[in-house]
Amino acid sequence: MLQDKDRIYTNLYGFESFSLKDAQKRGDWDKTGSFVKKGADWIINEMKASGLRGRGGAGFPTGLKWSFMPKDSGKPHYLVINADESEPGTCKDRDILRHEPHKLIEGALLAGYAMGAHAAYIYVRGEFYNEASSLMIAVKEAYEAGLLGKNAAKSGWDFDVYVHRGAGAYICGEETALIESLEGKKGQPRNKPPFPAMAGLYSCPTTVNNVETIASVPTILRRGGAWFAGLGSDEKNTGTKLFCISGHVENPCNVEEEMGIPLKTLIETHCGGVKGGWDNLLAIIPGGSSTPLLPKDVCDDIKMDFDSLRGAGSGLGTAGVIVMDKSTDIVYAIARLSMFYMHESCGQCTPCREGSGWLWRMMMRMVDGNATLEEIDQLWDVTKEIEGQTICALGDAAAWPVQGLIRHFRPELEARIMHYRKQAACAA
Amino acid sequence: MPKLTINGVEVEVEAGTSILQAAEEIGVEIPRFCYHDRLSVPANCRMCLVDLEGAPKPVASCAMACGDGMVIRTDSERAEKARKGVMEFLLINHPLDCPICDQGGECDLQDQAVGYGYDRSRYHETKRSVPNKELGPLVETVMTRCINCTRCVRFAEEVAGVDDIAQLHRGEDAEITTFVEKTISSELSGNLVDVCPVGALTNKPYAYKARPWELKKTISIDVHDAVGSNIRIDARGREVLRVMPRLNEDVNEEWISDKTRYALDGLAKGRLDRPYIRNSRSKKLEEASWGEALALVAKKLKASDPKKTAALVGDLADIESTVALKDLMAGLGVANLDCRVDGAMYPADNRAGYLFNTTIAGLEDSDAVLLVGTNPRIEAAMVNARIRKTWLAKRIKVGVIGEDMDLNYPYAHIGDDAAALSKANAFFKGAKNPVIIVGSAVFKRSDAQAVLNEINAICEKSKVVTKDWNGFNVLHSAAGRVGALEVGFTPAKGGMDINKIIKASADDSLETLFLLGVDNAELINGLGKKTFVIYQGHHGDLGASNADVILPAAAYSEKDASYMNMEGRLQRAQKAVSAPNEAKQDWTIIRALSDSLGTALPYNDLYELRKSIRAHYKHFPAIDEVQAAEWKGIGGKGTCIKAKFTPAIDNFYMTNVICHASKVMKDCTDSFIAQGDKAIAAE
Repeated sequence: MLQDKDRIYTNLYGFESFSLKDAQKRGDWDKTGSFVKKGADWIINEMKASGLRGRGGAGFPTGLKWSFMPKDSGKPHYLVINADESEPGTCKDRDILRHEPHKLIEGALLAGYAMGAHAAYIYVRGEFYNEASSLMIAVKEAYEAGLLGKNAAKSGWDFDVYVHRGAGAYICGEETALIESLEGKKGQPRNKPPFPAMAGLYSCPTTVNNVETIASVPTILRRGGAWFAGLGSDEKNTGTKLFCISGHVENPCNVEEEMGIPLKTLIETHCGGVKGGWDNLLAIIPGGSSTPLLPKDVCDDIKMDFDSLRGAGSGLGTAGVIVMDKSTDIVYAIARLSMFYMHESCGQCTPCREGSGWLWRMMMRMVDGNATLEEIDQLWDVTKEIEGQTICALGDAAAWPVQGLIRHFRPELEARIMHYRKQAACAA
Repeated sequence: MPKLTINGVEVEVEAGTSILQAAEEIGVEIPRFCYHDRLSVPANCRMCLVDLEGAPKPVASCAMACGDGMVIRTDSERAEKARKGVMEFLLINHPLDCPICDQGGECDLQDQAVGYGYDRSRYHETKRSVPNKELGPLVETVMTRCINCTRCVRFAEEVAGVDDIAQLHRGEDAEITTFVEKTISSELSGNLVDVCPVGALTNKPYAYKARPWELKKTISIDVHDAVGSNIRIDARGREVLRVMPRLNEDVNEEWISDKTRYALDGLAKGRLDRPYIRNSRSKKLEEASWGEALALVAKKLKASDPKKTAALVGDLADIESTVALKDLMAGLGVANLDCRVDGAMYPADNRAGYLFNTTIAGLEDSDAVLLVGTNPRIEAAMVNARIRKTWLAKRIKVGVIGEDMDLNYPYAHIGDDAAALSKANAFFKGAKNPVIIVGSAVFKRSDAQAVLNEINAICEKSKVVTKDWNGFNVLHSAAGRVGALEVGFTPAKGGMDINKIIKASADDSLETLFLLGVDNAELINGLGKKTFVIYQGHHGDLGASNADVILPAAAYSEKDASYMNMEGRLQRAQKAVSAPNEAKQDWTIIRALSDSLGTALPYNDLYELRKSIRAHYKHFPAIDEVQAAEWKGIGGKGTCIKAKFTPAIDNFYMTNVICHASKVMKDCTDSFIAQGDKAIAAE
């Protein structure tokens, strides 16, 4: 359980204003310039020591990612902040944008300096109108207070922040699609390699980080990487994490908790428990819609961190916890996710463009049971033909929920098929 | 130089080579749809996935550069499974209408489905259908067949330089389309058909005509412009059904212009298929036998004063017939010869003064190109494509002196008359390999010598011509012109040139005129009534309708012949089909005529004729090669006039007798050229 003194996001619920004055009262922008003066290597080492892993879903160590930026490329470097939060079940970045924008902006300066960037682009999801407004106000405040611009925060480093609003495409949350979109092109992922650290925005070295990752940076530097590393379940799963719990719980909420908190504790402590009690639980999607679901028996004692969840055949993802009780039509729930991925596929590469629609159509037949038993295996096979063969991870994201369903709820699928057949036989 | 192993075979390749290219080098086939040698690499079809040892996922071999020590397998279970999966996805929404698809038999999707796919379908859902697009008279679309490989989009964007088509929408709804319903306005649009790996974009005039296995394929050379594009003529029986590009890196790479590809229906229409003689009383052309026609021509030539006899060769003439005609006229003592029938007075004795010296492929080494009085996009589309390619790769400077036009790459408009030449040196400042391209229209001007003299000065000042770089180029638009100049079909000693010949005819002092495929309107309309005109050619166009005797000949698809393109590259065309009815190959007609005259030419077959050409014209290069010309300067005295430069051609689709007879070219004129006028009117 996270103690109040270890919270990073003290205004997560917006009880205070997001304005610079209030943010500074909460400790933001304190000694920012002095961290810059300690040098980029110090910052990167501190980040490595903290063990912070990317909060956007993939969980790549942040300090290591920054160290991939070339030292003397002769080109400008860019920091791009991914605020295109669109993963169903996830709403953590949204609260940072509207209630804690100064943490993000301060983090942008520190991260930008560490990677030699003089500019940061914050790509905000198109639907986040109010959030983008708050962020823009905060950026304006920071400029007026001399915290951005020339000699930002008296650090001796020139730094600009640009807020860019997307047009509401899920795929633009993929880092290279985001870069394409930022460049004014159609948001379609790029083939990798080259990775953005070598050729990203405008073919210049670029690092793309999640909002939560960057917003955590100032506090980590202020309190030390060791403090952050001291929290969490082990040395690879450290610090605090924002969890977004939705679905069949008494009080759906966003909450900052320690990495590795048991799922059951998380739900019972902060959300008032599952509706109808823990035993009424059917399954939980632990990390946003793209991670495979976990049945109740796994949920009983799983810890919420990257490696534990991976071990259980799922993932922490964005920590968007979707709770489903026994009233849920689990097949339809997953079919709905298939429809989402079909709708959001960019259409560039074959397996995802063609396969995501096929999955959805088969899933919709599975909902009624209008299928054959062999088609369950075929469905599995099709997800395997999509997974790992696409340009970006959206193909995987479309495949995983269905795989999770088949892995844990195959008897349910079979029962529906048998029931449908029986009915059809009676009708005949 | 990274060294890697592909299917157990070690291969060393140049840095930057993709795995797919490396595999090709050792003969390992990797299937692909979106990858094309000459286009950018999007890696979106995922067909070329291979197994890279140590990689968590299969990698797209077209986009992954070879690394030292990589171990690749294209035949592992994972690679095979990946390909089968992609193939299955491509086919689930494909209509599988191969029996009624024109691509059938030469379809990448069909071939690769057999080679790499499952043998049955597991897809039981509804298939997607996509509305077809109207792309104009040349390209037919069946968009449901499209596999979204985006080759067409990349071709249009990168090679053709038009951004008319793109992939719109996303996911399953993604489709290739024009942004607003419009035709593709490019002179290279036919290549879209070639790059399309499936039957989504097909050849409209060829629709439902034939299956590829029914066609006889003949490699040949195109004559619709002076580029000498390498082509393949596909014919069935006596009908030419299709013209396709053939790879030649030095000339057309693997593209051809729409005129080259689509004017072929003109080969079957309006043909001269038997000799005609004008009835002296009714003044009408009447059918005649070869014997009668040749006897009449021989009689006229014998009776006519050599000083009052002339011979001209036109735009489509091949080298063999030009030489035969020259030899025939030499035997008669006729000195009045010329091939410059459009009035562009090239310096006949100065090879470097009329050749495209830099060569087409050589343009890629240039760093500044100045176009004078020419629109290469219309006059020689493949040259324009090469300039665009160079611009795309190196962002070279391009300057234009002449009309303001749309060239598909940005250029500086320096001026529109000869006065602008004074700014050329400033334009070339800093350029290492400068290039000047002079249009054939410049040679038609009354002040051509003066203009060329100024260009000569620029060549010296800006180092356009140095010891190892010749940047002076003449852009021709007629396929036969350079060949005729190279064999010296120009006034012999004491002979009249083209202008004097026309004047003599107009003055009724020219008795007999032999036209070998000359149809230029200006020339024909300028002839006098009393000149006896012998026309040898293949289309009943302007030249034939004014003639007194018509000798029907073979078109380029019907004869074995040699041509020289604007670079002076000697290339051979081959006979794909027989000439209609009684039409004969050109040189044989002249050879037969020499018999009727009683002074038989000393060659009895094509081999002997070619041997004779080799013996007489020692500077001729080997087949497919170019003989560089020595620079002797160009131009002469005179003063430039104020007239603006104009390009040699205004309608790309209508430049010779074959085009004039082609319905497709007429349709193109209506939808592309006329439409442009309409748009202006609406504004």
